[in-house]
Amino acid sequence: MLVLVVDSSTPAVTAALVEVSADDVALRAHRCTVDARAHGELLAPQVDAVLADADARPRDLGAVVAGLGPGPFTGLRVGLVTAATMGQVLDIPTYGVCSLDGIGYPAATGDPVLAASDARRKELYWAVYDGAGQRIVGPEVSTPAVAAARARELGATVAVGDGAHRYADTLGLPVRVEPRYPDATVLALLAAERIRAAAPTERLTPLYLRRPDAVAATARKPVLP
Amino acid sequence: MADEPLILGIETSCDETGVGIVRGHTLLADALASSVEEHARFGGVVPEVASRAHLEAIVPTMDRALREAGVTLADIDAIAVTSGPGLAGALLVGVAAAKGYALAAEKPVYGVNHLAAHVAVDTLEHGPLPEPAIALLVSGGHSSLLLVDDLARGVTPLGATIDDAAGEAFDKVARLLGLPFPGGPPIDREARAGDAASIAFPRGLTAAKDLAAHRYDFSFSGLKTAVARWVEARQRAGEPVPVADVAASFQEAVCDVLTTKALAACRANGIETLVIGGGVAANSRLRAMAEQRAEKYGIQVRVPRPKLCTDNGAMVAALGSHLVAAGVAPSRLDLPADSALPLTTVSV
Repeated sequence: MLVLVVDSSTPAVTAALVEVSADDVALRAHRCTVDARAHGELLAPQVDAVLADADARPRDLGAVVAGLGPGPFTGLRVGLVTAATMGQVLDIPTYGVCSLDGIGYPAATGDPVLAASDARRKELYWAVYDGAGQRIVGPEVSTPAVAAARARELGATVAVGDGAHRYADTLGLPVRVEPRYPDATVLALLAAERIRAAAPTERLTPLYLRRPDAVAATARKPVLP
Repeated sequence: MADEPLILGIETSCDETGVGIVRGHTLLADALASSVEEHARFGGVVPEVASRAHLEAIVPTMDRALREAGVTLADIDAIAVTSGPGLAGALLVGVAAAKGYALAAEKPVYGVNHLAAHVAVDTLEHGPLPEPAIALLVSGGHSSLLLVDDLARGVTPLGATIDDAAGEAFDKVARLLGLPFPGGPPIDREARAGDAASIAFPRGLTAAKDLAAHRYDFSFSGLKTAVARWVEARQRAGEPVPVADVAASFQEAVCDVLTTKALAACRANGIETLVIGGGVAANSRLRAMAEQRAEKYGIQVRVPRPKLCTDNGAMVAALGSHLVAAGVAPSRLDLPADSALPLTTVSV
């Protein structure tokens, strides 16, 4: 079954087509552009391009997989709304996967791993994976120092992801070079069981982890002196 | 009518998620989800709260619109979406949604100007707009006077507010008077029982010295402060605040300036049609005053019904329909959301 994968939780705007068969998940086409400020412009043309690359039409799709974040809100929503609207039109199921899993799962090879992406405001979105790639803590948002302390408690010996590169000094863990951003094939792999079982469609709710910046209205200041 | 293109419109520039469907000038569906109640305790629209609500509402709102019109996305000929101006994060949800629908259904997408859509919506109620026309657009985010030569290709801005939008002044005065957010409807209601001539509030940018540089511009910040000073003086003197009279007098000042300048623009340009749109156009006094004053100059005032004045998807569909009929080319898939889209750009 041909599956569209989108992720816009990091500066890497990603669209991919994968073929999910009974025993395999194979990449058919892939477009990724690293630009933190143009998610809205980049994603739709990339979806169009991967369809063209695979010589496929939207109606050939059997499911959509979307990275749920965590990630900076505005960009994150682009991927989720694209996935949800395409799923609606095509009447195909949509499945969500924590975007950090697309970094942490493939990086885990025996020892626990800290996967981190940039949360801006000098913070990280992060999660810790055991040696088999299962997420054991997270996703959370905190300062790099707090993430590093928790990761060490959990026995992490290596860090991975764009956030790990950015805060390598604070984290004090060796940094694996790849994957730096959520891997589209891995996101599909982590949804493959649901895809094969034709599991019910899922509402794609973003992993915001932060509340909106807003304060309730306070008393009005008088204009008279 | 069945030959005319079927156009879908998506609106998410502020706190309303709207999906409208039109065929030609005929409205088939106008589905709306609002996050206004989530913003009330903040005293104004919180952009991130609005953006989150759009993401949750877009799919169900689309479902409702399609059901209401009795069509599927496969039947739609083109999708129009507000690409600006408005709140950046909120616009982006609508633009990304429109592209998702357009991609999946293999339809063209048109990124359109929110303010031009407020003008176009009138065609759903009153038919084709005579051009040129003058348009007065007044809402919580905008207060503009436009010369509409050709709604499909460009409009000429004549003036705009230099500080607060008219709707913003309604919100702030409502808060001062202890009335709920948004302030337009409660002030309109209170004003009906008040005396509009009881308090002489200032008319911004109407003095001769201001008209030279700001003939068609508006200013509502000074009016809002004048109301605050008047109310506070009453309160400090231990006297009750006559809410209905304050509401009526404030509303009268706003409507007086808006209609005076809009009709002056019509007369100066020899134009016989004035269209009023935007949320403030739902105000009953503005509608009545505009019609009454226009009559003596032989100017025809066109104001859509209140539900079409506030933000909605039908207005975007109406503009999309106009663009398709005029043979305007669709937008590209890399269409950006532009929070500051200029008035001179009708479609991107």
